[in-house]
Amino acid sequence: MTEILRVENLKKSYDGFVAVGGVSFSVKQGELKALIGPNGAGKSTCFNMLMGQLKPTEGRVFFDGKDITGHKPRDIWRKGVGRTFQITGTYQSMTVIENVQMALMSHHRRIFTIGPRAWKLYRDEAMDLLGVVAMQDQADRPCSVLAYGDLKRLELAIALCHKPRLLLMDEPTAGMAPSARIELMQLTADIVRDQGVSVLFTEHDMDVVFAHSHHIMVLNRGELIADGNATEVRNNPQVQEVYLGGGTLFKEETHA
Amino acid sequence: MAFFLAQFLTGLANAAALFLVASGLSLIFGVTRIVNFAHGSFYMLGAFIGITLMDILPGHVGFWGAILLTGLAVGVIGALTEMIVLRPIYRAPELFQLVATFGVILVIQDLALMIWGAEDKLGPRAPGLRGVWRIFGEPVPKYDIVLIAITPFILFALWYLITKTRLGILVRAATQDREMVGALGVNQAWLFTGVFALGSALAGLGGALQLPKGGADLLMDFNIIGEVFVVVVIGGMGSLPGAFIAAVLISVLNVFGVTYLPQSTLVLMYVVMAIVLIIRPWGILGREEAAGEHGQVGSPERPIRPYGPKGIALTSAFVLALALVPLFAEQFVLTLIVDMIVFALFAASLHFILGTGGLVSFGHAAFFGGGAYAAALLVFHTGTPMELAFLFAPLAAGLLALAIGWFCIRLSGVYFAMLTLAFSQLVWSLAFQWRDVTRGDDGLVNIWPAEWLNAPAPFYYFTLILGTGGIIFLRHVIHSPFGYALRAGRDSPRQAEAMGIDVKRVQYAAFCLAGIMAGLAGGIFVFSKGSVFPTVLEIGESFDALIVVFLGGVKTLAGGVVGAGFMTGVEDWLTRLEYWRLLLGLVIISVVILMPEGIVGTLSTLWRKIRHTDEETIR
Amino acid sequence: MTLIRRTVLGMIAATALAPAAMAQDTIKVGEINHYKRMAAFAEPYKKGIELALSEINADGGVLGKPLEFVFRDDQGDPAEAVKIAEELMTREGAVMFTGTILSHVGLALSSFAAEKGYLYLASEPLADSLVWNSGNPWTFRLRASTWVQAAMLAEEAAKTDAITYATIAPNYAYGQDAVNAFKENLQRLKPEVEFVAEQWPALFNIDAGAEVQAIERAKPDAIYNVTFGSDLAKLVREGGDRGLFDGRSVYGLLTGEPEYLEPLGDEAPEGWYVTGFPWYAFDEGTPAGTFVAAYEAATGETPKIGSLVGYMTAQSIAAAINTAGSTDGDAIRQAFEDLTVDDTPIGALTYRAIDNQSTLGAWVGTTAVEDGKGVMVDWEYKDPAPYMPSDEDITAMRPAE
Repeated sequence: MTEILRVENLKKSYDGFVAVGGVSFSVKQGELKALIGPNGAGKSTCFNMLMGQLKPTEGRVFFDGKDITGHKPRDIWRKGVGRTFQITGTYQSMTVIENVQMALMSHHRRIFTIGPRAWKLYRDEAMDLLGVVAMQDQADRPCSVLAYGDLKRLELAIALCHKPRLLLMDEPTAGMAPSARIELMQLTADIVRDQGVSVLFTEHDMDVVFAHSHHIMVLNRGELIADGNATEVRNNPQVQEVYLGGGTLFKEETHA
Repeated sequence: MAFFLAQFLTGLANAAALFLVASGLSLIFGVTRIVNFAHGSFYMLGAFIGITLMDILPGHVGFWGAILLTGLAVGVIGALTEMIVLRPIYRAPELFQLVATFGVILVIQDLALMIWGAEDKLGPRAPGLRGVWRIFGEPVPKYDIVLIAITPFILFALWYLITKTRLGILVRAATQDREMVGALGVNQAWLFTGVFALGSALAGLGGALQLPKGGADLLMDFNIIGEVFVVVVIGGMGSLPGAFIAAVLISVLNVFGVTYLPQSTLVLMYVVMAIVLIIRPWGILGREEAAGEHGQVGSPERPIRPYGPKGIALTSAFVLALALVPLFAEQFVLTLIVDMIVFALFAASLHFILGTGGLVSFGHAAFFGGGAYAAALLVFHTGTPMELAFLFAPLAAGLLALAIGWFCIRLSGVYFAMLTLAFSQLVWSLAFQWRDVTRGDDGLVNIWPAEWLNAPAPFYYFTLILGTGGIIFLRHVIHSPFGYALRAGRDSPRQAEAMGIDVKRVQYAAFCLAGIMAGLAGGIFVFSKGSVFPTVLEIGESFDALIVVFLGGVKTLAGGVVGAGFMTGVEDWLTRLEYWRLLLGLVIISVVILMPEGIVGTLSTLWRKIRHTDEETIR
Repeated sequence: MTLIRRTVLGMIAATALAPAAMAQDTIKVGEINHYKRMAAFAEPYKKGIELALSEINADGGVLGKPLEFVFRDDQGDPAEAVKIAEELMTREGAVMFTGTILSHVGLALSSFAAEKGYLYLASEPLADSLVWNSGNPWTFRLRASTWVQAAMLAEEAAKTDAITYATIAPNYAYGQDAVNAFKENLQRLKPEVEFVAEQWPALFNIDAGAEVQAIERAKPDAIYNVTFGSDLAKLVREGGDRGLFDGRSVYGLLTGEPEYLEPLGDEAPEGWYVTGFPWYAFDEGTPAGTFVAAYEAATGETPKIGSLVGYMTAQSIAAAINTAGSTDGDAIRQAFEDLTVDDTPIGALTYRAIDNQSTLGAWVGTTAVEDGKGVMVDWEYKDPAPYMPSDEDITAMRPAE
């Protein structure tokens, strides 16, 4: 399998405080990889650097062999990286399907078009995407009335609009009921399988992580302490120490 | 050297009252997020009440006692205003309160006229402080020295209040994070009332303290408000030390400006503000506004859809009805409708960036007036045919928007608003002071339409076609991918950026489009009136448009147009009456309180309730 | 939907006034002014009009009908004024319109009047361009212009041996016109005069301390002041405290008008040479004295210069309509040319055919404080004729008709 994302010595520090200190890893094509770690380990910082919301202090990020370090989020998106956020940022004043259509319009470079009616554009395509996440029946509801789990699924549909080769998902199941979590991750796993997308996600719920990911990385205090399959990570003494210190053993992690 | 020192002292003395008023405004904004345009009115009330009290209370104790009592009295008035007018609308869209404070200005103006009469009042002298002391041979008024000496104490007292008392801790907490204070179990309503009262009291104190240097008159509310806002914005909204630094900076610069650049008195402070904001987008000591603090408070906007066949039929029927008006109506009705259409187009253009784009501009008149002036200048100086000059109006306004937007679009929230204000003031002063070209406030006259249009009916049709055409075009753009991208950038800039949308660029383009359409309105305007004056570039013109957009309903597509029609109608009717400002103020306040979503917003909510329409479905 | 609501409102607004146009048993004149924005000046003006109207109508009105003024507030906005003028002429059945204090509003109305063929008597605006550079056949002006009043002060200034002058004027067209007029007249009379400082405070927003320091720094022999209202009060205070006026002659345009002098109380400047309105010194029985007595009796207030202008505005219009013998706008316009109005407080008043300007002059005198009040002493009433530009110059300035 080829490498789709390679991160070399990624580092972020604020006035002497090191949030992420020299992290290196890679994500392979078609891989579902988790990035875990206790609160404050630097997961979100790491994600924000990958997607361009934050500029790294040091290090490089390569997507598909090309250096994307410090590029703007919208440019990285155009190169084929999708993203979902820990706190959803869908457009409250639009309907469900319009949220998807918006992403499609951007993908087809129609942002500065003033001719056609936006609500008619790419509607079928958007409907198909909503089908992937089983949201077709809610297509014309205002986004502002959606249940939280539905919003998360909608976000996933939006993130798939430009047929990304890599999907970065920041705490995709945070705040969801346990059953819904498993559903969403199953959905994600299906997408990975069907479309050959690679997914890198952060997660608190260890059940989700160990049930679905191909590989797991553990971040602690800005340092990567483990990178391997579920068994390897489970048996890593350093990981044991970090998580046992919190009094849990990959069973019921608390949720932020 | 002695002269420099004397000038510096003059500046410091001027800064005293300015700082008091500005610190009040800054406190109010910091805690309640209300852009309180009535703050100047509290300053004016302070001056009038101060004079009245000083008349009654004799001597030293009387003078200084009167000043303190004035602060108390204005504080009480401020508290009442907050409780009656503002408290009911904290849930309304942000900046909606600004409209309410505008109503308050009008009410206070007429009440002050009723109570104290029209004539200017000279302020009483401070007992024992008439005359000057000589400092290195330069005369410095005694009262100036006293003011300079008092200011640090006031700063200290405020500092103590904010850092050492419970109220102060709450105020600071609220300035940082409003929800947090609520979560801590503090009664937010009373905290807001208290802060509003304190801020008003400071304004009242400022008004009373300046009495020995001036007096009280009915124009002082508007005269101070611009300067106060400049000070607060330069200092950083919500920052007291910032307000102090800025008050001193502006006052001292003004004094030097008067001496070395006497013509600069109109714009100096706006130039300073523009420079500060371009270098430091949140003022000297301000902090970055957290995302989502502006524009999108309250219930989210409903999804939009173009009119269906029924809507199109109704609109067409209505436009057709308008087209038939000249057949039976008298000339003045045509004029009134022309005015309404021009204003509606202007308001719709502001509504486009304000409602759809989430960008609050305080300087939209720059494009309306800019367009009007561009056409008028061509006709006046080169005798360009009207048809050609008219085309130049939207073009020039668009270019102006291109230039101004380049600086402004990088800012957000109130700072964006204030930078647009600064630029519109620069454009105004250009029209006002460049007399060789613009004839200053003598204006450009005899700008009449071409022969074939120069009669009521043809010009009416000209306006109807271009005005409704412009409004329909803007609506169309809102429904286009570009309009959606603009809305996306407003709803969630982060998400928009993460799906490939260059939010700032979209906003910049929208800003220019809004400028073009405002310029079109300005072009129609100048040929309908036959003259243009710097008044079309004034702050008041920008705020007229802003108010009607809010009154009509920011979160509705028709808000700007309906608001403009409503306002033109109400104003035309009310100004026939003696105390029309009082009535207009009350009308504005009532609309704001009764219809917190604006006229269109509240009516359509009501309509949905009556029909029991499912909250979720859209047409 | 939205457009419908908009127009319905417009219609309601429009039809609400319809009844006014029905009853046509009075002769109506539109009066447009900034009643709220400049209340201190507009209110005495309105009272002056009302006094004249009561007298005219007690005498049987004009052409056998009562004369009526329709007062409207334009908020000081030229566009609003033009709209109101149109409404007055086309709906209210006004035969002509008058009013405004602010020059730019007057200029807007003047341009509108010429375009539509309506008659406009500019009562209070002072701008010279109203009758000269931007003059037109449909606009007449009552009050003595900036040029004339400044020329009167310049004449007095030329008699002294002051060489260096400082000027201070509000930063807008009127202030600039006033300074230019003074400069031109003074330099014509006394070429060696030098202007060493020109101060331009923002209107009604003066930074008096700084302005006084700036003037003092230039050490002029004399000062020419154009500020008025609250600006003047602050200037006088700061200047007095800091000794700016000590040993200097000061010339004040309009400073002697009660509107501006009275609020100063016992702090009124002394020894300034000013134009103004010394109503307190008019002898009983003279036309001016009679006006003052009637005004005080009718309103219970002392008159301002606005009162006089309002009074003479109504008198002029009544006389013009009577002379025209008709309410046709063009007939009244023709009547205004070379119209003589008898029995005004200044005696006979004429509207010159050459530039449509009235022959109302100005009172000039020296300020003093008497009984704790600022007054003008050693005053005289000056006819404007000697201060006017030559007829050729005026004809050259006025646009071809």
